[in-house]
Amino acid sequence: MYQTNQYEGMIAETISMQGHKGDTINAYVARPLGSGPFPGMVVIHHAPGWDEWYRECTRRFAHHGYVAISPNLYFRDGHGTPEDVGAKVRAGGGVPDEQVLGDLDGANKLLRSLPYVNGKVGVFGTCSGGRHGFLAACRLKNFDALVECWGGRVVQSKEELTPKQPVAPIDYTKDLPCPMIGLFGNDDKSPSPEQVNLHEAELKKNGKNYEFHRYDGAGHGFFYYDRPAYRQEQAVDGWKKLLAFCEKHLK
Amino acid sequence: MCTMIAHQAKIQGRGKSGQDWFEVREANVSYDHPYDLPLEHALNIDFVNEAAGPGARVAVELSVEAARKLVQTIEAVLAQADARGVLEDKHQAAGR
Repeated sequence: MYQTNQYEGMIAETISMQGHKGDTINAYVARPLGSGPFPGMVVIHHAPGWDEWYRECTRRFAHHGYVAISPNLYFRDGHGTPEDVGAKVRAGGGVPDEQVLGDLDGANKLLRSLPYVNGKVGVFGTCSGGRHGFLAACRLKNFDALVECWGGRVVQSKEELTPKQPVAPIDYTKDLPCPMIGLFGNDDKSPSPEQVNLHEAELKKNGKNYEFHRYDGAGHGFFYYDRPAYRQEQAVDGWKKLLAFCEKHLK
Repeated sequence: MCTMIAHQAKIQGRGKSGQDWFEVREANVSYDHPYDLPLEHALNIDFVNEAAGPGARVAVELSVEAARKLVQTIEAVLAQADARGVLEDKHQAAGR
């Protein structure tokens, strides 16, 4: 628990990093002051964009002792307000999974190269970022813990597959190498409770180390305090559970 | 944007963003998360000019009911104009 007499300091800034195929993209990094060692956390922004909530979320992880990095997955789509850029990506059917994986791999490797990171790196994402997080944990196999918050379209029908998202992430479940925590709202439509059931059944079938928490009275995006979907009680409990999970597996 | 249901129509028109008008070349229509309308999903229409960058955008976010009403209203107006014989083709409009 945070103590009122402890020293606290933080650096938070935008940096450049190498992403997919060596492309230079930008990222937001927040870390506690000091030599650490601190665990790392890759923070994957949601489909609406690389926005203020994700800046705050990145700083929140730093506040709790992580070197957190949030890469701008929409860097290649131009610059403007997060909404305008996000709307452009929305119209194009999202960003390609392979490109996202390359960017997340770059963020992971950057964290691991830092002298104040303890060698453990987790990955966190909400909404499409939850889906990307699950995909990254399974495909890249170099994360030490996964926090998936209401990952939409982890379960996809064949009709939903596109050239940009050619494989349903659930099909990679057997490759998940790290423990995961999943948070879901029972009133969500994407993922629906039935899709969460399928997601969990696949994890169970493959003997994976996971914990799922499903909240009544919550729908999609119940952490987002700036949206009507925000649910205070469920959000507070969800943060408590995911931070305890990260503490256990990354520190 | 967890539905990824989005279509694009190449169109010609003008849109106003702030004080300025700009050339609209595309209408992006999606059923996905809105930015401001307090719903989980909405019918979103972005009138944009992709060549001018992400900021060239006029955005509308509608409930399903509102979207259907808008479609019906547009069709009704076009039908009425057609019935009166006042629908202009592109060349007539340009010569105005």
